[in-house]
Amino acid sequence: MDGNVEDFTETTTPRQAENMAEMIKVDCRNIDVFYDDKQAIFDVSLPIQDRAVTSLIGPSGCGKSTFLRCINRMNDTIEIAKVRGKIYMDGADINDHSIDPVLLRSRVGMVFQKPNPFPKSIYDNIAYGPRIHGLAAGKHELDGIVESALIKAGLWDEVKDRLTAPGTSLSGGQQQRLCIARAIAVSPEVILMDEPCSALDPIATARIEELIDELRERYCIVIVTHSMQQAARVSQRTAFFHLGKLVEYGDTERIFTNPEDSRTQDYITGRFG
Amino acid sequence: MTRNESPMSEHIVTAFTDELEHLSANLLRMGGLAEAMINDVSRAVMTYDLELARQVIKRDESIDELEAEAEKAIIRLIALRHPMAADLRAVLGAMKLAGDIERIGDLCKNIGKRCLELTGDENRAALKGIERMARAVSHQLQTALDAYLRQDVEASIKVLELDDDIDDHYTSFFRETLTYMMEDPRQIGSNTHLIFMAKNLERVGDHATNIAKAVYYMVTGETATGDHVEDRLKRTGGTS
Repeated sequence: MDGNVEDFTETTTPRQAENMAEMIKVDCRNIDVFYDDKQAIFDVSLPIQDRAVTSLIGPSGCGKSTFLRCINRMNDTIEIAKVRGKIYMDGADINDHSIDPVLLRSRVGMVFQKPNPFPKSIYDNIAYGPRIHGLAAGKHELDGIVESALIKAGLWDEVKDRLTAPGTSLSGGQQQRLCIARAIAVSPEVILMDEPCSALDPIATARIEELIDELRERYCIVIVTHSMQQAARVSQRTAFFHLGKLVEYGDTERIFTNPEDSRTQDYITGRFG
Repeated sequence: MTRNESPMSEHIVTAFTDELEHLSANLLRMGGLAEAMINDVSRAVMTYDLELARQVIKRDESIDELEAEAEKAIIRLIALRHPMAADLRAVLGAMKLAGDIERIGDLCKNIGKRCLELTGDENRAALKGIERMARAVSHQLQTALDAYLRQDVEASIKVLELDDDIDDHYTSFFRETLTYMMEDPRQIGSNTHLIFMAKNLERVGDHATNIAKAVYYMVTGETATGDHVEDRLKRTGGTS
């Protein structure tokens, strides 16, 4: 790991200026991830734009979820996982020892493949995060946060009359929007989504996609998806991963009409042997 | 990064590959018919063969049917297979090709109809002009279809260059025919038909050019604008 100290001092200030110009929210540089001896990610550098949706696509086992989990340090929770390289959020190294991973995760929310509401009421599902982070001064303010999160997630009208009902009583699509509302409630800056629609029917999927498109105005969103149509529909930038490497990264429109790399071409046209 | 312009391997879903191949075979059949129509209608004009002219007029129906079939196949491919990247470009290109070839059929049919209005004692020199243009246009279309078959960018650029020649042919034919008409006003009626025939052939050339541009886009993913084509020629060192 030689040269890292120099790297840091040398790049922080000019880099920050550059970030503002490019609106880069999360700048991942030279990321390697190992599970024990097995390397899962190889030297991936990916600048992620703010207020845009970036989708990560690639065949199963290509490392896209592993990469996503680096951004909120979820890999810390896996004993055998080791992450190398730098991830800067607004210019600050998220793996620096001064950063509390719990606070980081309140800035970087995550939504998973299967909706996983807490076994609590709809209200408490949303209120949980703001409570533990001490974001609300009293009951009134907390009510406001819950309402605003549910409105942003497009769920308010459907649940406003039954906020005390258990979160698990909702339909699958509603549960997923509840989880998104829960992530939004702690005012994150980045939202990571790991195949958020793979357990949903097409209508519920369309609603989530519409929601993602609305949320893009306020957040930096990174989505892992197996559905290339979904990546094409919701994202502005697309990164294609293969065998732990970043093969191609660019504007979604270009990736899906005229990819540069033959591996990208083969994957998105359904030719991977 | 390696740029993939060579024919690709097969899809995991083999029916997809089959459907794309079927579509391009269908278009090549259409193209072949159109090419034969150009040659035959030109022969009909030269030899005053009204029977052949009627046949050519009739043949336009087969091209129209093939176009309808191709269009159906294209809608099906888009709805069911969701083509992406090179496949998407191939399908959109096929749609353009079908439209252009169909128009070529219409133009040949129109020449055939005009042929029926001729008297059989037209100015030989003017008829020769039609034949020359028909030959040039037929060659251009053949080159364009060949470029499609082989997905050959260089050949598609050649077609674009050939179009200038055809425009020159047309301009000189027009001037020449005007002179004949001034010399002998009795020729005005028939020579006007010949001018329209030449104009139709010139339009056929434009459609062949469109086909070449579609091929260029299919293969490279870029629009065949002057700058881009020139860049490419510089990189590959020209077409001939």
